[in-house]
Amino acid sequence: MILLLAYGAVLLSFASGLLALMMNQRQMLLDLCQYWYKKFPDRHKFGRSIFENALKERRYPHLLRQVVFVLLGLSGIFAALAGVSVMLGQEIITDQIGLGLPWLPWHVRFDSLSGFFYLIIGIAVTAVSLYGPGYVHAYDESQHPFAVLGLFTGLFVSGMLLVLLADDAFFFMIAWELMSVASYFLVAFQHENPANRRAAFLYLLMAEVGALAIILGFGVLASFADGFTFDALREAKLSTTWASIAFALALLGFGMKAGVVPIHVWLPEAHPVAPSHISALMSGVMLKVALYGLIRFCYDLIGAVQWQWGVVLLIVGTISALGGVLYAMMQTNLKRLLAYSSVENIGIIFMVLGLSMIFMANGHPQLAALGLLAALFHAFNHALFKNLLFLGAGIIQHQTHELNIDLMGGLIKRMPQTSKLFLVGCMSISSLPLFNGFVSEWLAFQTALQVDILDNGVLRSLIPVSAAALALTAALAAACFVNVFGMIFLGQARSRHSEKAHEVKEKGMLAGSALLAGLCFFIGIFPGVIIHLINSVAGQLLGQTLPNDTALGWLWLAPVSSEQASYSPPLVLIAALIAAGISFWYLRRNPATVMRRAEPWDCGFGGLTSRMQYSSSAFTMPLRRIFAGAWIIEEQIGKEMQGAMNQDVATIRYQLQIQDHSWSRLYQPIAQGVNKLAKQVGRIQTGNIRVYLGYSFVTLLFMLWVIS
Amino acid sequence: MSWLIAILQTMLFATLAPLLAGWLKWCKCRLQNRKAPSLFQPYRDLIKLTNKQPVVAGHASWLFTIAPYIIFSATVLAATVVPLIAVDLPTSASADVIVMVGFFAFARFFLALAGLDIGTAFGGMGSSREMTISSLAEPAMLMAIFTLTMTASTTNLSVAISHVLNEGLVLRPSFVFALFALILVAVAETGRVPVDNPATHLELTMIHEAMILEYSGRHLALIEWASQLKLMLYGVLIANIFFPWGIAETFNLKTLGYGLLAIMGKLAVLAIFLAVSETLVAKMRLFRVQEYLGFAYLLGLLGMLSHIILETSR
Repeated sequence: MILLLAYGAVLLSFASGLLALMMNQRQMLLDLCQYWYKKFPDRHKFGRSIFENALKERRYPHLLRQVVFVLLGLSGIFAALAGVSVMLGQEIITDQIGLGLPWLPWHVRFDSLSGFFYLIIGIAVTAVSLYGPGYVHAYDESQHPFAVLGLFTGLFVSGMLLVLLADDAFFFMIAWELMSVASYFLVAFQHENPANRRAAFLYLLMAEVGALAIILGFGVLASFADGFTFDALREAKLSTTWASIAFALALLGFGMKAGVVPIHVWLPEAHPVAPSHISALMSGVMLKVALYGLIRFCYDLIGAVQWQWGVVLLIVGTISALGGVLYAMMQTNLKRLLAYSSVENIGIIFMVLGLSMIFMANGHPQLAALGLLAALFHAFNHALFKNLLFLGAGIIQHQTHELNIDLMGGLIKRMPQTSKLFLVGCMSISSLPLFNGFVSEWLAFQTALQVDILDNGVLRSLIPVSAAALALTAALAAACFVNVFGMIFLGQARSRHSEKAHEVKEKGMLAGSALLAGLCFFIGIFPGVIIHLINSVAGQLLGQTLPNDTALGWLWLAPVSSEQASYSPPLVLIAALIAAGISFWYLRRNPATVMRRAEPWDCGFGGLTSRMQYSSSAFTMPLRRIFAGAWIIEEQIGKEMQGAMNQDVATIRYQLQIQDHSWSRLYQPIAQGVNKLAKQVGRIQTGNIRVYLGYSFVTLLFMLWVIS
Repeated sequence: MSWLIAILQTMLFATLAPLLAGWLKWCKCRLQNRKAPSLFQPYRDLIKLTNKQPVVAGHASWLFTIAPYIIFSATVLAATVVPLIAVDLPTSASADVIVMVGFFAFARFFLALAGLDIGTAFGGMGSSREMTISSLAEPAMLMAIFTLTMTASTTNLSVAISHVLNEGLVLRPSFVFALFALILVAVAETGRVPVDNPATHLELTMIHEAMILEYSGRHLALIEWASQLKLMLYGVLIANIFFPWGIAETFNLKTLGYGLLAIMGKLAVLAIFLAVSETLVAKMRLFRVQEYLGFAYLLGLLGMLSHIILETSR
């Protein structure tokens, strides 16, 4: 039954993709209908007439879009249901599908870990399918055909779901490639812009390099096992060295997809150019599938985790978290900023996962379970709020035709609903208490603080430092999202577009975001719901659950013991409501002190203009100066002087360009190296057939010598 | 019973905060050879402000008007977590020290947003600087707190304080480092000299005052009260973590009374130290603050390392 739900989710998303193809085949379908009508005049009369009418209807494209997204939404609901039920039942369901090559059936396994990621995908896809119809409406059908978008969205979602089901390396890679390639076409959807084509190519390139690393990783495991099924790979006995090589390959492959620094560069290029609901899926969900891959590979397939791997993950994660948030802060393109912020969050998840591995390898499975809990919980939360923020960015782009946050402003009054939903997202991602982001960060700190139990002195001093880095990351993220919300929604409009913007009309777009915002708040208040589910994942994966998670009752969160730390969001919420209520009531009881509105003080110069406000580059200037080494900054100030002594400034031009270090430090050397190598190889390619024949002859002689 | 004491303690926190501000001002005036206002002047100011009609900029949004309530409630919530006169209260179990830092972050988030809402240059400047300084202060603060929490192996403030009490007077190098780190952070976070000067409205230097420039009436009263409360919170944190003696461990009138007297005495002494340092030290340039906070972080790190190297018996 659960497996049926899981298959159903895959098939429904597949069907929604195929159905989208019918957008362009309207005439052919009509002809087909006529043909059937002539051949069998009296069968299925009723159904056929509905079908035919629907085809002839003027609103056919609209209806079809609705149906496609309804199917996608159903797929999301099925996926979420399947995920929740497998986690509640704590079952491991296996199956075989006779697809693919005849002697290689696809092995399927659906357990709690897959179920958890199924739930993430399910929620995200449901929200996106509510949001989608309104968003894609704005695309011009002749230039950006819906058939392409719908088909690849369906394939993309089904690819992600299949990755989670895979139980052998072949099936895993097929599903992985389906996911990668389908998302390539989605990134390249608006391909009329050369920058978009370049971003899409970069994405495809890095996805394929990553896939190669994953294949090699499976290969290392398979060379010690008989067969490519995960069961066989689990049985493989690897020496520590080979296991570490396999881990390094997996980290490279999955890390490339997840976007850890320095192999994150495709992320900020690809996410902004995809349609917003697709960037939401890519950032919120696809990165999580990579995380799933890494967890499956390390904890499940390799099995015996080494603490050194944990240290590697911890360091990589810390660098990604800090780098991600610092780069995010300097962006003015909203979607690029959100993409960099995904790098940050993935970094946090990797950090906590590293802690979990360190505890696991040192023989503290209970703390390892705590770390895994924090990592998975943060993955879940990130999927919620990043989806929400991307959908919000989509609404803003839809209404203002603008993504540069320095050209927005004052939207809180023109788009009241969107602003509230976006505020919830900003608060969650800044990890403020009462929202979900805080709970996972709190758990991460709790994991890090258990470090006293370890014997290794270096680890004991390294982990608190990384915890402080996590604190810095969180504080910088808060600064970053104050900047984002402030520039977009507060102050005065900085451009004509944002002055004329108004609230989005399609209710579905708001409903999709509202679903996610509501979940952000609900999980922030009742984190126990998700923790209970993740506990079953930890139970299956590590053989250890958290013993005390319900010791104090459902109101409380006490991961280790109630003496060590506890947090009760519902009580905090009640206390906050009481405090706010009393102050609100007490201060507003006197009718003589009703609020009065007046012009703001403008220093007597007459009229505040929107140019006088802080812009986002002004807002982040102090941090840009403090962490100057983190970026390549090119700042140019051009002044034109005038007046008697040439001392009055007539105009000022300010230009600021901020670049990622990884391009110049890592990728350009690689590119140059490849080019040089190619030139060296090019020397032997003379273009002369006699020389080539000579090569063949020498090779033949060499081969004969080797054989004999 | 214990819930009642917890609520009373929070109310005591809120009512005593302006008194501490008044005392601090009094000490500063005395040190600077000025005639001091009454100790109760902050109360009078707050009452005066609440009875005034608030004036709000024409294009201010709803966020601007609700932000003071949010800032105030978040600070009060932080006050429920910190033991003032008694340990072992139920409210400190509902949130630990990390959550307390979270409450401060919550208040700051809305304060910074409110600063950006009107769209004046000063508001944005204040918000930008506040977020910068706080993001540098937060790791330093957590580093100092981690030293404490790892010694007591808990993040629950009440349990940690009991732990320090039960240990008796032990000189721990890690605690000395953590104490200095926390003092430096407290000065930065509460916007005192040398990081910010609460007494002036000088355009180029102000941080906290720049954000609240547009507030008036009851909104201003709430924000002022919240910042007085924040000052007291940091004071109590320093006093009760590092010098917890006198705090009530059982709930009866005598111990609670002693607890109240003890904390008032400790805060009075701390305020004198702060007043002296504010009189002696000049305000720093804004771009020296990162060095100051970097030093605080370093102290916290040293505290952590000395805890790991010297104090853990392995």
